[in-house]
Amino acid sequence: MSVSDLSALNAQRATPGARVREVHDSFHGDLLEVSMGPHHPSTHGVFRMIVTLDGETIVKLKPVFGYLHRNHEKLGETVTYLGSMPYTDRLDYLSSMTNNWAYALAVEKLAGQAVPERAEYVRVILAELTRLLNHTCLAGFLMQDCGCSGTPLMYAFREREYILDLFESLSGSRMMCNYQRFGGCRVDPSADWLAGAQKLTDRYGTFLDEFETLLTGNEIIMARTQGVGKLSPELAISAGVTGPMLRATGVNYDLRKVDAYGVYPRFDFRVPLGDHGDVYDRYMIRVLEMRESIKILQQALAGLPAGPIMDPKAKLRSFRPKAGEAYGRIEGPKGEIGFYLLSDGSPNPYRYRIRPPSFINLTVLEDMCLGHTVADAVIILGSVDIVLGEVDR
Amino acid sequence: MFKRDSEDCPLSQEVTPPPPAVTEAERDELRRQGILLTSLQELYTWGNSHSVWPLNFGLACCAIEMIAASMAKFDIARFGSEVFRPSPRQADLLIVSGTVTKKMAPQVIRLWNQMPEPKYCIAMGACAISGGPFKQGYNVLKGIDRFIPVDIYIPGCPPRPEALLHGLVQLQKKIQGFKLTGPDAPRHLRDDQPCNCPVPEFGEHDLEPPANPEVWTAPPAIVRKD
Repeated sequence: MSVSDLSALNAQRATPGARVREVHDSFHGDLLEVSMGPHHPSTHGVFRMIVTLDGETIVKLKPVFGYLHRNHEKLGETVTYLGSMPYTDRLDYLSSMTNNWAYALAVEKLAGQAVPERAEYVRVILAELTRLLNHTCLAGFLMQDCGCSGTPLMYAFREREYILDLFESLSGSRMMCNYQRFGGCRVDPSADWLAGAQKLTDRYGTFLDEFETLLTGNEIIMARTQGVGKLSPELAISAGVTGPMLRATGVNYDLRKVDAYGVYPRFDFRVPLGDHGDVYDRYMIRVLEMRESIKILQQALAGLPAGPIMDPKAKLRSFRPKAGEAYGRIEGPKGEIGFYLLSDGSPNPYRYRIRPPSFINLTVLEDMCLGHTVADAVIILGSVDIVLGEVDR
Repeated sequence: MFKRDSEDCPLSQEVTPPPPAVTEAERDELRRQGILLTSLQELYTWGNSHSVWPLNFGLACCAIEMIAASMAKFDIARFGSEVFRPSPRQADLLIVSGTVTKKMAPQVIRLWNQMPEPKYCIAMGACAISGGPFKQGYNVLKGIDRFIPVDIYIPGCPPRPEALLHGLVQLQKKIQGFKLTGPDAPRHLRDDQPCNCPVPEFGEHDLEPPANPEVWTAPPAIVRKD
């Protein structure tokens, strides 16, 4: 590929932010194509980018997917509605509880199933714990990508273990919880468990203070991440970007407020918004969201009502919803996670479609990376927060 | 010292080891007196088994537990394997941590071929062993042992970090049992066993070939006697 192709490349791109520098001197010779991945420690799994470089500057980036295509949607059509629940754990394997909830919500909409109030509260508690877990791990991985090898990720995984201990004592599994059911939750959290969750919630703010002392005001991190990978709100909206990535560009869109699903309207919390839409903003949004999650957790744990955890009329085995379609979505830690189900009255869904947030957030990767260096592409990819199980499905 | 592919390599020839001159009881007695008797074989396998460097290579969900095993609570460094190398040229251990799809399988096998001997493979989790919950999928390889020789299988979906550490200790025990000479010598000290595996191609319907007959044979079909 030669430099003269650059003007053709620029002509293809309509958005103003996506143009690349054109150079016509003898020093800048041919462009270099580099394949990053699928085995690359910084691609968060088996993601591949074919990067075209002018010197060290990225002029073209082509993502290659499908190295972890595990046929989730096809398998979902061959197993029963309940049988798909363990598969949802393995979509975004850092946050299985929110995947479970989104799927349960879709089936509940399909079947017109009510959920007891206690189960709604427990779902909120688990979803916010998942958000803490996911955002903490993401901050750790992002710092690992920046080059702070070890310390932030060690701290993040230390806290992850505390949350996973809670998940394990409740659901029996660390990562693959398989906990939500249509019409409630599988087991009732005990008083001991709730005390443990309360203790963690009370303590988590102290950990965040420690974490932020280490990272937020750090000059090296600010120099490394500010102004890198800028995303404009217009492009983010038109590309369908959701979650912290969208809010980092300054767009106020949080499904917990917009859809007001579950019992979220009862809680007092704010939606943090960014200004610049760069990597630093994406990191900051996540830290601020964790602070809000702690507020939600405190309110949910204080207001947890007594009562059944499952709707006694809920049917799990030989579950056959009547023909129809439903789309259930929630605000997962990575964005809008949604499940679309089409039922023909049989025990299996006729069509089972997943709307993965990190796949759709990844579509703007090239626009964010153009004009930056390869080292920047690594942290931009890290700030998108992808999980390949969900991207490739 | 342990060079392969050379015709006059003495270690690759079958040599009957001489009977031990010192019995185990005498060695224990000497050890109590502060005298350590050892053989080259013991020294070699001891050093080899306690410096197994894994390849920094995650495939799917199990990779998160693999990372967790190297973090604070579990600390794989206690077993000498904390050095995760990003390059296969510097790694000793391939942990196949997750589902291997048919698109990914050629890359995994290429990584295995790029690793220098002695090298070991751990199949971590149900997917790497047999395809696991995704076995019915059209794009999922039904076990990495169809293409590369696997030393240790760790069941679970995903296995806990403790299970990975247990698998690593089992691998160390396996390495400590290696003989340097004779017919029981490991692959990298023998001439009659290949170190590399053929890389399959992503064909029209399946991988071509669908398995490596040198490391895997199809299990006998279960026939009902009616």
